Amino acid sequence: MEKEAEIQLARDLMAGQPEAFDRFVEHFRAKIFQYSWLMCGQREDAEEVSQETLLKVFENFNQLRQPERVRSWVLRIAKNFCLMKRRRSQFAPAQELSLDEYMPALDRDGRDVKLQIADWSSLPEDRMLRAELRRVLDQAIAALPDTYRSVVLLRDVEDLSTDETAQVLDLSVDVIKTRLHRARLAIRQELDRYLKTKEGSAHAPRN
Amino acid sequence: MPHGTEECKQIFATLSQYLDLELPPDACREIEAHLAGCPPCVEFAESLRKTVALCHEYQAGEMPGPISQSARARLVEAWRKAVSDQQSAKPAGLIADS
Repeated sequence: MEKEAEIQLARDLMAGQPEAFDRFVEHFRAKIFQYSWLMCGQREDAEEVSQETLLKVFENFNQLRQPERVRSWVLRIAKNFCLMKRRRSQFAPAQELSLDEYMPALDRDGRDVKLQIADWSSLPEDRMLRAELRRVLDQAIAALPDTYRSVVLLRDVEDLSTDETAQVLDLSVDVIKTRLHRARLAIRQELDRYLKTKEGSAHAPRN
Repeated sequence: MPHGTEECKQIFATLSQYLDLELPPDACREIEAHLAGCPPCVEFAESLRKTVALCHEYQAGEMPGPISQSARARLVEAWRKAVSDQQSAKPAGLIADS
């Protein structure tokens, strides 16, 4: 659902229109579940966060002053419930990603310089390979430290602006930009590894 | 220009902001001038752009189970209460108008 349709749903709900209720619940429940499943890593936690978040959203619906910010408002509530879950279940120290780790190496052959990266010119269009690519993306996102994963989920997957992401996570815009770039580089590297294995198998001799 | 220079490193550090159109025009022009003469940086930028595009269309494989009647009923109740609180907070004239 596009942001405009979400905003209209929020307006309809504020006006008390009953037909908007189930559409709103269905849409945002899936969204909250996806975010919290990727943040908490447990189906049970994600189901609980979805219900707790929606309850809080409806209890406070009369406080949503700007319907155009409904997506970031809902995700901010979801983020807080996820944090509570994580506090109970995990005490891992914060991990930082360094930019240098993601700088690709070079092959030098005389004057020719080539990056040691896969051929990205054509990503697989085939449905099975696309599904495989999605699994690689699942793993790459799951492998990110929490502080980076939340940024890339809000900014790229949920399509919030840099400002909105900063407000949801209570961080500065500069921190969001830095973490987003490193998270994307880490994901790019995992996709690159996968594409290289595909190239390797494509060139392998067939029996 | 040979790849692997300080300029390549600087561009590497700001590529996401460049792709998100969040850099000031001067910095954008510098990056574009560099990219025009550095195919490896172009290749890398393109792979990052495709990564971001894949994230945009990403949907996790997991979906929530169906909502129970009792969970839905609690949400309906909370919503009705919030709407009625909002309407009772409005001046009487506004309610009559709507």
